[in-house]
Amino acid sequence: MRDVSWLRTAAALLVISTFGGGALWCGTDGFRAFTSEQARRNAVARAPRSIPDVRLESADGRTFTFADLRGRPVAVDFVYTQCKSICTLLSAGFERIDHAQRSRTAGERLPLLSISFDPRDTPDRLMTYATRYHADGQSWRLARLRDTSDLPALLRAFGIVVIPDGRGDFQHNAAVHIVDSSGRLSRVLDANATPDLVARAALGQ
Amino acid sequence: MIARAVATLLFVVLATPAVRQLLESVMLTHMLVQIPLLVAVGALLGATLPTRWEARLAEWNRGGVSGIALALIVSSWWMVPRALDLALASPAMEAAKFVSLPLFVGAPLALSWRRLGSLGRGFVLANVLPMWAVVGWLYIAAPMRVCNYYLVDQQVAAGTGLLWVSGVVGVVACALGFRSNGRSQAAT
Repeated sequence: MRDVSWLRTAAALLVISTFGGGALWCGTDGFRAFTSEQARRNAVARAPRSIPDVRLESADGRTFTFADLRGRPVAVDFVYTQCKSICTLLSAGFERIDHAQRSRTAGERLPLLSISFDPRDTPDRLMTYATRYHADGQSWRLARLRDTSDLPALLRAFGIVVIPDGRGDFQHNAAVHIVDSSGRLSRVLDANATPDLVARAALGQ
Repeated sequence: MIARAVATLLFVVLATPAVRQLLESVMLTHMLVQIPLLVAVGALLGATLPTRWEARLAEWNRGGVSGIALALIVSSWWMVPRALDLALASPAMEAAKFVSLPLFVGAPLALSWRRLGSLGRGFVLANVLPMWAVVGWLYIAAPMRVCNYYLVDQQVAAGTGLLWVSGVVGVVACALGFRSNGRSQAAT
């Protein structure tokens, strides 16, 4: 009988590399996402997602929802006031954006919203934080959730994973999120994105 | 018989929620204890496969080429940071890990390694070990967190561990290679 094992091995190799390579391709978004964070950004850019309309409470005690913000795009980030690492980068970035658009009228500005995921952040603490970064509470609002039980659903919708590090701090993925005028999360940018880049992303560019 | 019993026992122990929780709470043990042990389960099962089955599989695995390709492709997925996150976030991916590592990495490795010949083995090691070292180095040097579910210091520990594994396996493989080389030369 002829030895067909070479042929069979070649066939097996073909099947393995097709399916295996295909699975790797799918699992990494076509070799473009090796981390969950990158995969999240790709997924949002491909298909903007709706976010739950939770009730937020700003530093000055006013409450509002995401629905109240509709009609214009909003840049959103997630921080906590005691953070000594990545949040300072995010907030410095928002301060830069806010400063860059100071000369514009209120209607032309890109509204900024920083949401705290730390249940310990009271409106007082948020106010202190806002003062530190010169946030006026109008074009840049600092807020917490009115009802902390809404937090998991909100974080899940945005794709934010927050892990307590056991020493009173949190580790969390940080980014600038663009919520478009119809209230959908439409873009996720690097934490250190320039004001120009954020402004263009808000315009859908 | 004993090897198969050990493999089954090891698998059952690894699959218990307490042990899973213990090993997966730290990136280092997730990558360098749980995953290698799941591969070992498969290797034990592959090495003790009944001869009849082994012969049938060998028909499709001439020179160990297709088996090693399968093991390389599947194991490279479990080196991707996203895969570790997904295994923690989704029960389906966690189940896929427990099935794919023994079945598609450990077993084919055991069935193919010897068939590869020394040249093939050297080729595989010369590709895989530097890859582990580079991934380890990336985990140490990355300016960001690569896994959403693990802290930065854990990522550095896992990276350091990968570097060590790559180095130790490299040294051991070299030592074994030179020894068998010396033996075959002594025989001629």
